[in-house]
This record gives sequence, structure tokens and C-alpha cells, in this order.
Amino acid sequence: MTDQTKPQTHLDLKGLLCPMPVVKISQAIKTVPVGATIEAVASDAGVVADIPAWARSSGNELVTMEKVNDKEFRFVVRRLK
Amino acid sequence: MSRSDPSKPKRLAMIASQGTLDWAYPPFILGSTAVAMGWEVGIYFTFYGLTLLNRKLTAAVTPLGNPAMPMKMPFGPAGFQNIVWPIPTVAMSVPGFGALATTLMKKTFKNKGVATVEELRDICVAGGARLIACQMTMDVFGFKPENFIEGVEYGGAAAFLEYAGEADISLFT
Repeated sequence: MTDQTKPQTHLDLKGLLCPMPVVKISQAIKTVPVGATIEAVASDAGVVADIPAWARSSGNELVTMEKVNDKEFRFVVRRLK
Repeated sequence: MSRSDPSKPKRLAMIASQGTLDWAYPPFILGSTAVAMGWEVGIYFTFYGLTLLNRKLTAAVTPLGNPAMPMKMPFGPAGFQNIVWPIPTVAMSVPGFGALATTLMKKTFKNKGVATVEELRDICVAGGARLIACQMTMDVFGFKPENFIEGVEYGGAAAFLEYAGEADISLFT
């Protein structure tokens, strides 16, 4: 099965503002197999609310979301379908 | 999932009636986000919103009549960029002021990493959003289909209402 501990795909979303983080994640999720994870880092504080909403709406899983500092947010999402 | 039918995706219906740069963003931001979330999107362009379907976008903005627009400079040190400049209304009528305001707003968006209207429009189209042009106001204002981007549909109020009747969210911008 897929390696659950280390995301193979990393996405740099720094410097992008709404709606680009959600748009880029939705494009990237299609490029990984079901069950795989993507780790991303963004500078837009909006991702804290937007990425979970995207995950719920698109049927994927938000694994982690953490605020590193005021300008850095790291999150991991998993493709479920 | 759509509230009326859980097996179907949610549907967003929007009317875009404005053609200034500040009003060009909302329909395309919401549209591109909705397609990213797997929704169905339909945007009905009417009145000055029809100009947003032109291949070459010339949407402009002016603070004249827009007292809520903060006038800030998108260059210089941080303290300078935070100053909200009071501009007397009479100054806004000076020829070229509107073009200046438009250029400054575009630079502000670029600095902050916001996509251009053209990019957001492309994302909507690539995501399957339907762009419908109001036939009536096209005829009234003389807008020509040959100036529009590819893939635009044409319809009237009934066409929009039928689409919006099945929508989970309907918005007017």
C-alpha cells in the first residue's frame, strides 16, 4: 500500500493568494494515486479555512494543517477518490 | 453534494453584471474555486459584465464614486505603502487618473500574488464552467460575439433562471 508516513509530492504555494492555493491543490491531487498524500506550504492565512473546506467538498482528506508562523502554513492532504 | 440530489455535485449560478476591474474578480474567483471543489458552475454575463467575455480584457477601475476604495501606493517602504491617501474628488476627474488608478490596482494585486482576471477566467473555462452571454444586452449595447473568447453560450433570462432553479447557490454581482 502507499507509504503513510512521508508524502511523496510537495507543493510550494508561497506567494499565492486565494483562490490559487485551492485551485493548485485540486489540480495536484489528480496527479497522485488514490491513497497518496501531498504536502504543501502556503503563505496565505486563508488556507486554514479554505483547504479543509476544499477537502470536505471534494471528498478528500485533510491529514494535518499547522501554522508554522504568521507567513507559513503547512498542510498534508490525502487523495481518497 | 447537491442538497436536492446527493449523487450530483453542487451547482453555483452567478450573474456578472459589472465590468469594472474590482467587480471582475468576484465571479471568476468564486467560479474558479467552485470548479476546484468539484462543483458545477454557470456564470451569466449581462450588461457591463459582458465586457468580461472579451478576448482582450480592458477592465478599469476608478475611485470616483467609489469612496470605499482605499488609495494606497503599491511601491516603496512598508510604512509608505500603508498610507491611505485622501484624494479630492476633483482630482479624480483629471484625464489619466482612471488609467493611473487601474495600473496601481493591478500592481497591488500582482505584489500580493493574486492571479489576473484572465488567468482566473481560464481556470473557470478549463474546469468546465459555463459562460452564458445575455443575448438581449448584447444586442442593446452592440457587443459582438467575434470579440468574445471561445466557448461562450448565448441565452436569455429564462435560460439563466432554469439553470439557477437547480442551483445550490445563486449570486448576483
